[in-house]
Amino acid sequence: MLLDEPLIFERGSPGRTGWRPPPAPEGAVEELPEALGREDGLAGFPEVSELEVLRHFLRLSQWNYSAATTFYPLGSCTMKYNPVVNEEVARLPGFAHLHPLVPEALAQGALELLAALEEALAAISGLDAVCLQPAAGAQGELLGMQIIRAHHLAQGDPRRRVLIPASAHGTNPASAALCGYEVVEVPVSGRGLLEAATVAALVDESVAALMVTNPNTLGLFEEEIEAVAAAVHARGGLVYMDGANMNALLGIAKPGDMGVDVMQFNLHKTFSTPHGGGGPGAGPIAVRATLAEYLPVPRLVRRDGRLLWSEDAPRSVGRIRSFYGNFGILVRAFAYIARLGGPGLEEVTRLAVLNANYLRARLAAAYHLAYDTPSLHECVFSDRRLQEHGVHTLDVAKRLLDYGFYAPTIYFPLVVKGALMIEPTETETKETLDEFAAALCAIAEEARTDPALVRGAPHRTRLARLDETRAARHPVLRWRPAAR
Amino acid sequence: MSGYTPHTPADVAAMLAAIGVDSIDALFAQVPARLRAGARIALPPGLTEPELCQRMAALAARNATPGEPVAFLGAGAYPHVVPALVDQILRRAEFATAYTPYQPEVSQGTLQAMFEFQTFVAMLLGLDVANASMYDGASAAAEAVLMARRVLPGRRVVWIARALHPHYRATIATYVRSLGDVELREIPIASDGRSDLAAVAGRIGADALCVVLGCPNVFGVIDDVAGGAACARAAGALTITVTTEPLALALLRSPGALGADIAVAEGQSFGLPVSYGGPGVGLFATAERHVRSMPGRIVGETVDAHGRRGYVLTLATREQHIRRERATSNICTNQGLCALAVTAYLSLLGRTGLRELAAVNYRTAHAVAARLEAAGVARRWSAPFFNEFVIRAPEAAARWEAIAAESGVIPGFPLGRWYPELSDTLLVCATEVHEPAHIDRLVGALAGAAPRMRAAER
Amino acid sequence: MEIPEDLRYTTEHEWLRIEGSEGVVGITDFAQEALGDVVFVELPAVGTPLARGQAFGVVESNKSVSDLYAPLGGRVVAVNAVLREEPELVNRDPYGAGWMIRIALAAGESPDSLLDAAAYRAHVETERAK
Repeated sequence: MLLDEPLIFERGSPGRTGWRPPPAPEGAVEELPEALGREDGLAGFPEVSELEVLRHFLRLSQWNYSAATTFYPLGSCTMKYNPVVNEEVARLPGFAHLHPLVPEALAQGALELLAALEEALAAISGLDAVCLQPAAGAQGELLGMQIIRAHHLAQGDPRRRVLIPASAHGTNPASAALCGYEVVEVPVSGRGLLEAATVAALVDESVAALMVTNPNTLGLFEEEIEAVAAAVHARGGLVYMDGANMNALLGIAKPGDMGVDVMQFNLHKTFSTPHGGGGPGAGPIAVRATLAEYLPVPRLVRRDGRLLWSEDAPRSVGRIRSFYGNFGILVRAFAYIARLGGPGLEEVTRLAVLNANYLRARLAAAYHLAYDTPSLHECVFSDRRLQEHGVHTLDVAKRLLDYGFYAPTIYFPLVVKGALMIEPTETETKETLDEFAAALCAIAEEARTDPALVRGAPHRTRLARLDETRAARHPVLRWRPAAR
Repeated sequence: MSGYTPHTPADVAAMLAAIGVDSIDALFAQVPARLRAGARIALPPGLTEPELCQRMAALAARNATPGEPVAFLGAGAYPHVVPALVDQILRRAEFATAYTPYQPEVSQGTLQAMFEFQTFVAMLLGLDVANASMYDGASAAAEAVLMARRVLPGRRVVWIARALHPHYRATIATYVRSLGDVELREIPIASDGRSDLAAVAGRIGADALCVVLGCPNVFGVIDDVAGGAACARAAGALTITVTTEPLALALLRSPGALGADIAVAEGQSFGLPVSYGGPGVGLFATAERHVRSMPGRIVGETVDAHGRRGYVLTLATREQHIRRERATSNICTNQGLCALAVTAYLSLLGRTGLRELAAVNYRTAHAVAARLEAAGVARRWSAPFFNEFVIRAPEAAARWEAIAAESGVIPGFPLGRWYPELSDTLLVCATEVHEPAHIDRLVGALAGAAPRMRAAER
Repeated sequence: MEIPEDLRYTTEHEWLRIEGSEGVVGITDFAQEALGDVVFVELPAVGTPLARGQAFGVVESNKSVSDLYAPLGGRVVAVNAVLREEPELVNRDPYGAGWMIRIALAAGESPDSLLDAAAYRAHVETERAK
């Protein structure tokens, strides 16, 4: 049974607190001048007990579907199992309570871990140098585009444009625009793929880069990727790869071999760090040796058998955040890679692709498959067959919640109308996939026999569909204390 | 092999049969053979769970731990007690393994917690609205400058205090460099450790986009934010404040009350361990009239089809997944679980606990400063401070690593690494984690250096 | 779907009503339906000069955002400030209370180059077929 729970600000009683600090040292100290002091005594902050706080958040937690509690097949998010042992090791005091500014001699364990992670990501990508600083995939992407920009500036020709496939994730054009580039959309073929001839026709000396995702957001391997990259390189451009879909490439193809020059990883996807309700993640990047000089500072270097941070990088693009990166997340990713090893990582992709293709086979009769092209780790369907009953992708997603599943990604990629993008990952059992397929097939049947049921879903969740229009038209973005 | 994949040979056979292929390899037929040939991952074989734990423990053991040595380090990452309850809440898999709440009906836990987070941040920073967090304080500061550029298109000069944390200044510089239409100018440090507004006020004119000040600044000094805001306002520019130690704001006047148009902060102090510098969480708040220019995820209140109160992501059309190249930012995730930690921490401490904790920090740091003064180690400036201050300690600054190794104490951070003009100083931070015995050790290590220095001066 | 006979239209789904030397601009019934619930409309300042085809604002719904384009060149002399509080007027009454801007037309600007109702209807049919 799900219990109701108000806002924490609506609980409590004046004077109550859940925690008191240890006492201060004795003795008088200079008073803070009143003009500098807080103006409101923190009016409005809650006054609740420790048990009230625990109960509050435990009740809230029960209102969430999560990857740990149910199948969570968000396409391109790779909601695989987040190993709990990684939570244990990340909490070791030598990691969790290490201040970033201690002398390096007192952080050699942390630095060895980071150096090993850099080497592992280089090996996995087939590229040469790695930077662990970015806090998320989008930040890694921005950094990658800044490195591309720095490269072209150093060549004496900044170039103005970036080519991006129509199927790309929205962060791609946003990151390009943040670097001052003009975005040119590249159409995809009838098979959903980039064609070298199309790219070659669009590339000229004003193009700084092509941003590509492989496999693309449709879950399809870009078969012409080497020729595509060659076409871009022929005119002096660089190739950026969005590594969000690395779960389909481990042991199968290395971005470095494909002609990619820069890429970002999403550690919270392929490398199992938890999604956290929307972060924290980490988005390390890997680059070809020729671009390494532009990587951010500080860099991890080995000198006389010790690891140190070095700011000695005159052509670096600078910093994109404080300190070194989302270290706690890097620890978890390192633990995952160490646990699995090379063979374990290769097995991840084989089974992720097996699972996705199995689902595709089980669903192809009931749902319209957007592209006939073979899928890798995710597959994209549409609502085309349901539209005659007035049922759309959104309704299918909401009805899936009644069956106890989180919905796949909907309405993305934009090139497919009414897209339903499903990524099962390798950690799900055949039985779970069978149950999910059965639910989707049942919903397709309901669309025929009882469309109103599907259109009105969800019916079994704590809340029904929420009025998003009202939220946007008349935004209420916080609680306010009642007027005195 | 690793235990995380469940497939038995029978599973695999049944699935291949359903797909209609002979082997898993057949599923990769479209990948060119040349690429497949070079794709083996050259990493050692995997480990069992106990082996992994041993390996990680061995690495962790080669790092400093609290008390071994005692560190009086702040400078952007602050050691505070993390209450046991906060970590318990973060361990709830229902929070930790959910993702962005695209399906709000089954994400109300995350969404309500984020709404509470936004409320805390707005209240703490003294402004109307806040977002659901950014990656960290530094990128939040950079995003604030980008936001100012959207609010006041055409203006190009950003005035940044030299006394702002150098990582933050560097991050802002990296973000604006690629835009090409923004110029950064520095507000120097005055002789009292605050920003020297008088030196630049005459030049903050009609081309000024914003003024960016630390609140407190990197030296722990409480800077003249109200004065800076007045200069900015006179020129029609925006004021952006940056707070690396947000606990200070439980005791000090809020950025909003001082005149900030946008206030950002690093939230790590509130329930997150220092964790070698990350993950942190960026706090971001602004005035109501600017809400549509604010970057990042935002949660709003609404009702469901039956009139029950609930929460949804809103104002999403500013964001990358819809606006694409015209987005307010490229940010996709926020720092969900870190924001949850902040929310749980601030709920637990609440009004009383937070004010008391701020007072303890203030008193502890001031007691340390007084004891150092008595031992002949003086502060560099006498301006008011919260829990960080700068001392003159040329010998200790020069022998910083050796002192850490020999005396069991890290006596602050040698500012010469960031400010060549301050190479004879240390930035000392003292919080509620520093006990009397630790303070004795600090005074001993630094006072020991001082007499040698005085002898050399004669 | 409503397409008033006395208006002119653009291929970007704006409508124009000529009133002497001025033109009133909004978006069509087809556009508001395709957008869904309008949540916000961003309009230019009074006095802004506009060229024909230039983007003058943005209309946002929950899931999408669209630029608004000036059908003819001129200067903005009025904007419908009510839309700030009631963006839903665009959905409810796109040709009336949901009007967006009034332009003092530049010399030589003629509505003849725009689509009439019949041509616009044909255009919409083509869009629908896609």
